[in-house]
Amino acid sequence: MSDTEVINKQSKRAFRLDLKAMGPALALLILCIVGYSLNSAFLSEGNITNLLTRSAFIGIIAVGATFVITAGGIDLSVGSMAAVISGVMIIIMNNLIGTFGAGVTTILIGCGCSLILGVGAGWINGVLTTKGKIEAFIVTLGTMGIYRSLVTYFADGGTLSLSFDLRGTYRPVYYDSFAGLPIPVWVFIGVAVAGWVILNRTAFGRYCTAIGSNESVAKYSAVNVDRIKTTTYVIQGFCVALATIIYVPRLGSASASTGVLWELEAIAAVIIGGTVLKGGYGRVGGTILGALILTTIGNILNFTDVISNYLNGTMQGLIIITAVWLQRADWSKKKV
Amino acid sequence: MEYSANAPKCVLAANRISKSFGAVPVLFSVSFDICEGEVHALIGENGAGKSTLMKILAGFEPPTSGSILLDGAQTDLPPNGEAEDLGIVLIHQELNLAEQMTVEENIFLGRELTSRGFLDRLTMRRQVEVLLEQVGLDIAPTARISDLSIAQKQMVEITKAMNRNARILIMDEPTAVLTPSETELFFQQVKQLKKRGVGIVFVSHKLAEVKEISDRVTIMRDGQWIGTKPTSTLSLDDMAQMMVGRELSDLYPPMDEVDVDAPVILAAENLSAGKVKNVSFDLRKGEILGFSGLVGSGRTELFEAICGLLPVDSGVVRFNNEVVNYKSVSQARNAGLSYLTKDRKGKGLLLAQKMAPNMSLFSLPKFIKNMMIDQKAEEKALARGIRRFDIRTRDADISVGDLSGGNQQKLLLAKMMETDPRVIIVDEPTRGIDVGTKQQIYHFIAALAAEGVSVVVISSEMPEIIGICHRVFVMREGRIMGVLSGNEINENEIMRYAAGLKEAS
Repeated sequence: MSDTEVINKQSKRAFRLDLKAMGPALALLILCIVGYSLNSAFLSEGNITNLLTRSAFIGIIAVGATFVITAGGIDLSVGSMAAVISGVMIIIMNNLIGTFGAGVTTILIGCGCSLILGVGAGWINGVLTTKGKIEAFIVTLGTMGIYRSLVTYFADGGTLSLSFDLRGTYRPVYYDSFAGLPIPVWVFIGVAVAGWVILNRTAFGRYCTAIGSNESVAKYSAVNVDRIKTTTYVIQGFCVALATIIYVPRLGSASASTGVLWELEAIAAVIIGGTVLKGGYGRVGGTILGALILTTIGNILNFTDVISNYLNGTMQGLIIITAVWLQRADWSKKKV
Repeated sequence: MEYSANAPKCVLAANRISKSFGAVPVLFSVSFDICEGEVHALIGENGAGKSTLMKILAGFEPPTSGSILLDGAQTDLPPNGEAEDLGIVLIHQELNLAEQMTVEENIFLGRELTSRGFLDRLTMRRQVEVLLEQVGLDIAPTARISDLSIAQKQMVEITKAMNRNARILIMDEPTAVLTPSETELFFQQVKQLKKRGVGIVFVSHKLAEVKEISDRVTIMRDGQWIGTKPTSTLSLDDMAQMMVGRELSDLYPPMDEVDVDAPVILAAENLSAGKVKNVSFDLRKGEILGFSGLVGSGRTELFEAICGLLPVDSGVVRFNNEVVNYKSVSQARNAGLSYLTKDRKGKGLLLAQKMAPNMSLFSLPKFIKNMMIDQKAEEKALARGIRRFDIRTRDADISVGDLSGGNQQKLLLAKMMETDPRVIIVDEPTRGIDVGTKQQIYHFIAALAAEGVSVVVISSEMPEIIGICHRVFVMREGRIMGVLSGNEINENEIMRYAAGLKEAS
């Protein structure tokens, strides 16, 4: 008799866990059904690809944020970082036309610089938090302001535009497709898979979780806490750089309004996906769904007149709060 | 109520309480009562159900069946600590103080005195001063909690309870983290509280203290009520046997003598680090070395410095005849040196995680195959650790925080042994652990030494230092006061060194 009880308990637990993990997927499914019932064009191939491409920026950045948050940190600077990297990248490429022409070489050097800048900016955030022993919130609040003002300064208060000679060469990175999916979506998929493997299957990922759960325990268990934490910010910077590389050919320009509030969208995607804000538990798969959910809300509002498009932020905010509320509430305990 | 006949007035009683968590029963028809002005000790092994019973008595958990009587009338205690308003206060093992607030703010937290809508700080200050003086606690009401020692924090908790006119004080292992002199002071307070008619439930693993302070003892085992007796009728051995349900004559394992020719594996010469000054010692292969002394005598700092957790200021450490200076725990681990922290919950285990990731965390590089974690190997290691260290769980899938203290300690040992160490340093290896598990841990340590692992035992519990160590170093204020071996190892000698009454030249 006790055996059957144990089995019952286990199957119940597995089911409950699934329900929690499946929450974001369910939410996305419901959103899709709502979208389709409002306008059948929602599920058209064109719209789906558009949705995925738009999710790619936030999604890629949010994968990086998943690492930072899982290890107990936070990075508020990602939006400004993306803006300043776009700006510097455009300046560098424009200046290289004279030397290397408007070909692939210039673009590749530009992309290389972008990655170096991203990794460098992340490293600065990381070192200031770990070696400087300043709270991540304060460090990244500071760098957020610095990067945002730098891009304004470089653009002299206006807009930095990519030379028209280069746009033709660079354009395909955002607009072309490979095997039916736009290139940004492929990058997104690549980052998501790599992120999942690193977080769930490598020692580094395990260490991130350990540090986020309890830094002292990690330290006493021979984890190099400072190095791991710094690395999470470097990964975040790298992801921002990747997102920038596919973002620049979209508009071919950067200004003070580039990437505004991306940090909040990235953090929101991570939290909707089930990662715990104070660290110790991270889910890359959830983050991907979170990014898709956020983009889908905006997309649905574009399709319908029922709710004004200006209320996009309101809808996103409601979804974030509801998602976290659903995750926190322990339905099984309440009934006892 | 078989005992109320000769007892004074019974304030709080649990009558045939049973409790199940889900399908798992943890208490079976347990009765317990507490009277005015008495100390009633509650003892039992880890997992015997003491914590659950305490939580039920304080209203934090409702019983599944049975009833609670307050002043003889059946009552449903209000949840979430609201029973404090009825005079029932539970002092948790992990103290519940707001670290960044002052002593007076903490004492009045949640029931601040106000006049005309503003805080009446002056009156509160005066009351706190009076209370602190009664308790004999020499701290300023404006001191920040984070600046106090653990013993002082505990006193603040008790003061806070007194300020709430507690009639019943339930204390979960209040002396676990206290030094002998602090314990003495604490007992004086308990006696004063008794005089005022406060009923005290005292949970402890230190049977000698139970014998000293309590009037009655209730013994529990495996969720069952084993007996309630006047303390005067029980010897320490009786208590231990009733708790464990078996003979405990072999609490300490038989000792193997260390080979006189055994090589020295770890040695320090004139090592200074932080408050550790000029410490020298040597540890042989297969030896169990005790480090005794009062809390704060620098024993933990000494070994944290050797293991790369604290910087070394000067002096030399030799491991296996090589001069070493580890800058990180991973270097020490790779060399075969592992330190087991005394702060099991704060520095030892990830309480929110499951057993397998905890088990492998310290030795994770060993579990990497093709850059990925080999999860099968992790599961095997866990199964091995569970078997080797007899970790008992209902369900291998539970969070480590839900394990009993004894099982957590065993898991911590298993985690440390996964690094295949040649020297292990165990800091307070049996803190907050029942007698049965203690006995097991002593046998593990002895078995490891017999296999050739060298062990350093840092402990404030003198009987265990005396019971399992080959040699004992006594520290005081960062320095080594003396070394004892053979028949010299006794409480008297250790105490004289530790108190600074004697020093080896």
